[in-house]
Amino acid sequence: MIGEIGHFALALGCILALVQAILPLIGAHRADARLMALASPLAGAQLIAIASAFGALLWAFAVNDTTVSNVVLNSHSQKPLLYKFSGAWGNHEGSMVLWVLILALCGGAVAGFGRDLPSALQARVIGILGLIAVGFLGFIIFTSNPFERVWPPPMDGQGLNPILQDPGLAFHPPMLYLGYVGYAVTFAFAVAALLEGRVDAAWGRWVRPWSLAAWSFLTLGIALGSWWAYYELGWGGYWFWDPVENASLLPWLIGTALLHSAIVVEKRESLKIWTVLLAILAFGMSLLGTFLVRSGVLNSVHAFANDPARGVFILALLMAYVAGALALFAWRAPKLGGTGIFAPISREGGLVLNNLLLCSIAAVVLVGTLWPMFADIMFGAKISVGAPFFNAATAPLAIPLVAAMAVGPLLAWKRADLAGALQRLWWVGALAVASAFLTLLVAGYHVLPALGFAAAAWLIGGATADLLDRIAAFRRPSQAWNRARGLPRAAWGSAIAHAGMGVTFAGLAGMGLATDTLVALKPGEATQLAGYEWRLERIRDVQGPNWSARRATVTVLDGGRVVTVLEPEKRFFPVGRMNTTEAAIHTNALRDLYAVLGDERDGGGVLRLHHNPLAPWIWFGAVIMALGGGLSLSDRRIRVSAPSRKAAAATA
Amino acid sequence: MTRKKRRLYILLLCGLGLGSATALTLTAFQDNLVFFRSPSDIMREAPAPNRAFRLGGLVEAGSLERATNADGKPTANFRVTDGAHVIRVSYAGVLPDLFREGQGVVTLGMMLPDGSFRASEVLARHDETYMPPEVADALKRAGHWNPAQGAAPPPAEWNTAPRRGG
Repeated sequence: MIGEIGHFALALGCILALVQAILPLIGAHRADARLMALASPLAGAQLIAIASAFGALLWAFAVNDTTVSNVVLNSHSQKPLLYKFSGAWGNHEGSMVLWVLILALCGGAVAGFGRDLPSALQARVIGILGLIAVGFLGFIIFTSNPFERVWPPPMDGQGLNPILQDPGLAFHPPMLYLGYVGYAVTFAFAVAALLEGRVDAAWGRWVRPWSLAAWSFLTLGIALGSWWAYYELGWGGYWFWDPVENASLLPWLIGTALLHSAIVVEKRESLKIWTVLLAILAFGMSLLGTFLVRSGVLNSVHAFANDPARGVFILALLMAYVAGALALFAWRAPKLGGTGIFAPISREGGLVLNNLLLCSIAAVVLVGTLWPMFADIMFGAKISVGAPFFNAATAPLAIPLVAAMAVGPLLAWKRADLAGALQRLWWVGALAVASAFLTLLVAGYHVLPALGFAAAAWLIGGATADLLDRIAAFRRPSQAWNRARGLPRAAWGSAIAHAGMGVTFAGLAGMGLATDTLVALKPGEATQLAGYEWRLERIRDVQGPNWSARRATVTVLDGGRVVTVLEPEKRFFPVGRMNTTEAAIHTNALRDLYAVLGDERDGGGVLRLHHNPLAPWIWFGAVIMALGGGLSLSDRRIRVSAPSRKAAAATA
Repeated sequence: MTRKKRRLYILLLCGLGLGSATALTLTAFQDNLVFFRSPSDIMREAPAPNRAFRLGGLVEAGSLERATNADGKPTANFRVTDGAHVIRVSYAGVLPDLFREGQGVVTLGMMLPDGSFRASEVLARHDETYMPPEVADALKRAGHWNPAQGAAPPPAEWNTAPRRGG
């Protein structure tokens, strides 16, 4: 019964979304206030319908309703409750419901917080969001019904893939989707602007918080996925350059460019056409990611619902939305001429450079990701493009990007003094060079890690220099505290996000110096790695809630002192008859000790041991970046709906 | 600066960006494209030495054995087959959880002078029912399996090739 209600709610949501797509758009076209006024209540009603459907799906998983085929395929009564819930979106159908739920939430947010928006713009944005929702609800209803029944119901479900039973992965898809779908809103704003034929500072002020929010969530989502791969897959790496990982990186790169160009629209009413194009592309990349993950066209470690019919449907949606928006762009964009004029050396110029480099990186990653598919279709060649390609092709573009990242914020709008900015950064530059040399001195001839540490020092130092400069810490130290308090949160946010990128670079550089070894040890034997003594104590059986395991006990000693005891496992899940490897990790924030148990032989076991300097900083930096985004988001000036405080505006 | 001049600058910059991205992509492609080869492909045409490629096929049932290589590292040795030919593979590392005899596998590595393959990576899959598409294709090309007729038979049964070097 609950399942049917859920299915009905999805269909109802689809109809509501259709109405939401048609009436407000007509209303905005005819300037009919009554039709436009329908937009917000319709978005609210659609949100209620989709939320009910999602609730029904969660219910089916929570009570382990084995008459629902999705539950049978992806759940089991013996599973902890968190993983019953995360199992609801850990599969293709359920994750699509989560996708449209987040889309409906965004629509509801535009309806709820957007009262200060011009009513025509609001109606158009909500209408476009409705149009997107129609497509994806249709996709769910016609190809991926999450409430499909099975009869007779089996005794119990088949269980969720054990490697997905993990807290990191429970929150990875929702975060990622908040990012992907957030770009649907900026897309809707871009299309609405094209329909209106007008982009102004107010539009920029509205697009910026959405792109910030989407970017922050996407950053967290990617970081969670990468962290999960690091500790759960047990191969000791953190980024595979896998097509599906690239699919999440592409919208991030374009979204980062969008975030920065929206600033120019807001502050200087320039780069309007470009920003609209980026907003369309960012959502296009999100859809492309959805297509790549779900169609199975690409060979990926994420084998997720490989169904050609679904792939074709999503490809059709991708074509319809992106090609439609681009056609509209070609037709209407010339109307959106910019007004702000700036010199090449200026804040705007810096942001243009940022956009250019980010888009070039995105283009390189896109080509590398799609090339195997084209080569297969066009030449029948089976090839793959791996990490060496992506490292070689993106690093030369990332270096100037990082170099400009510290300088850009110090440049003035319109026309800036590059020499002056560089002068204020001299100590940062010295710090960066020093860290590079220090790395070479301490760790030996490792060029990329040295560059990475230099980049980290340059970015963190640059962000600090920017803040010190803004609060005039050296010129008027007595007022620095007051100036720091008066500094807009957006300024703090951007400096913190840039510094977070620096922290991530430090982590990447540290991982570049990681060492590992593969040994076969018998109980009582020990090996040396990275100055530590790793001693295998024993290997024994242990029993978990829904698995049994072989657990090795490895004592790590530093000069006779016990640092930690690592217990890597090989788990066996009887439901689904699967093995997983559980890496054991000990971190002290500066380095990870990482142990994986391989097969057992001659009374001992094969161990893969890693020493990963600064590894946690990779994800810690991403969290700092997202925090910076959140801080920017809380800035009074970009919350248009908040009553503007005159005093705050005056000091800012 | 006039608008025309600015537009020129932006166009020049875009051209520069696109050009450098293209150049980078092409140079990186030249050195880093990784080709997929089945055991039959390798028999037909010996791959260039010192160039990494992907070898895929089925892990021959009963072929997996543990050994210790010359550096004292524990290795896993197994044979990869596409029905027509067999290649010996040695891998110094921990095999992924979903590695099974009789199932599809993709490995990354290089040929050794003795005609065996040294894998630096054995690719893990998230799903045990998943057959890597290149492997399915290689099996089809070797003429030993039509996917339309169901799952691949166990490779020990249908491997007609003479054993090479055990």
